[in-house]
Amino acid sequence: MAEKVVNIEMINPENLVYQKTKVLNDNVMHYCPGCGHGTAHRIIAEVIEEMDIQSEIIGIAPVGCSVLMYNYFNVDMQEAAHGRAPAVATAVKRLWPDKFVFTYQGDGDLAAIGTAETIHACNRGENITMFFINNGIYGMTGGQMAPTTLEGMRSSTSPYGRDISMMGNPLKMTELVAQLPGTCYVTRQAVHTPSNVRKTKKAVRKALEYQQKNMGTSFIEIVSNCNSGWKMAPVESNNWMVENMFPFFPLGDIKVPDEE
Amino acid sequence: MAKVKGTIVVDIEKCKGCEICISACPTSVISMSVEVNGKGYPYAYLNDPDGCTGCSNCAIVCPDGVITVYRKKIG
Ligand SMILES: Cc1ncc(C[n+]2csc(CCOP(=O)(O)OP(=O)(O)O)c2C)c(N)n1
Ligand code: SF4
Ligand code: SF4
Repeated sequence: MAEKVVNIEMINPENLVYQKTKVLNDNVMHYCPGCGHGTAHRIIAEVIEEMDIQSEIIGIAPVGCSVLMYNYFNVDMQEAAHGRAPAVATAVKRLWPDKFVFTYQGDGDLAAIGTAETIHACNRGENITMFFINNGIYGMTGGQMAPTTLEGMRSSTSPYGRDISMMGNPLKMTELVAQLPGTCYVTRQAVHTPSNVRKTKKAVRKALEYQQKNMGTSFIEIVSNCNSGWKMAPVESNNWMVENMFPFFPLGDIKVPDEE
Repeated sequence: MAKVKGTIVVDIEKCKGCEICISACPTSVISMSVEVNGKGYPYAYLNDPDGCTGCSNCAIVCPDGVITVYRKKIG
């Protein structure tokens, strides 16, 4: 394997331009190869490092593939029951108003079983930041249909594709919470290309800065892939996401604070 | 204009062979190994020692954060 290391003379701290943030530990993440959860974790961790708030932030982990995210973040974290992360975050933030508090949730967690907690936390304008990883499916449990599953999209419980007449319409949770007075910043991003990663990072930073200014709930959807659940190779799943998910879940800011 | 040269170090045992970095590389200098790592995944490597500019695109899209990037001015 040694021949794969090239340009050895350049490898010294003086030339270092990118390395994994220390806000993530060295554990190997359990996510499938190419899954956007890993990239989303790293972006959030990088912003925590850049804002120097590692000891000031508390994360609430969901149920779903990211249930074990506390094994990777070097920050305080609390696990919540399925869908209840916004309720737990509400309590944590009210007890420690000076801390930064975030939830990290999949679409099964945030937009199915936790719909009530999501909507009410956003409507109350809890001063928290919510990260919503939308891969259109229940990844952890074997690729079942989620409220976010697209029309015609195959899943293990809609093997012939989602039929709206029988299974109802896909839900745009992000547009929904944008209408609530408690949200200050609502945006939809992705993490499959370098430019999308950079945009998402800016959004994460803004969201946490708005929280610092007590402006209400900030909500960032990240449209992501579930290559295992979609039964595709990683790069193929990202291409499928661009072609099929983005037309229904278009990227960009949905609500920004007045000051902007 | 000063030219820059870059290089990457892939944490081979943590790479999952997803190939997301390959599509992110603007100079197409990342390939997948034929041999596999301890987990059975082929891993990413720099196929052209002079082709990397150190832009870090591969590293910032790698879901597992296994790429470290170095860059220096030459000439
Ligand atoms: C109360 C309860 N109901 C159901 C489950 C089973 N369950 C575990 S994860 C999950 C869905 C997760 O999907 P999602 O939130 O989209 O996350 P992903 O795995 O796709 O990242 C379900 C239904 C559970 N753990 N607890
Ligand atoms: S099952 Fe899907 S969401 Fe879960 S880790 Fe694998 S690719 Fe990611
Ligand atoms: S993106 Fe990361 S994990 Fe995937 S092949 Fe490249 S180096 Fe390996």
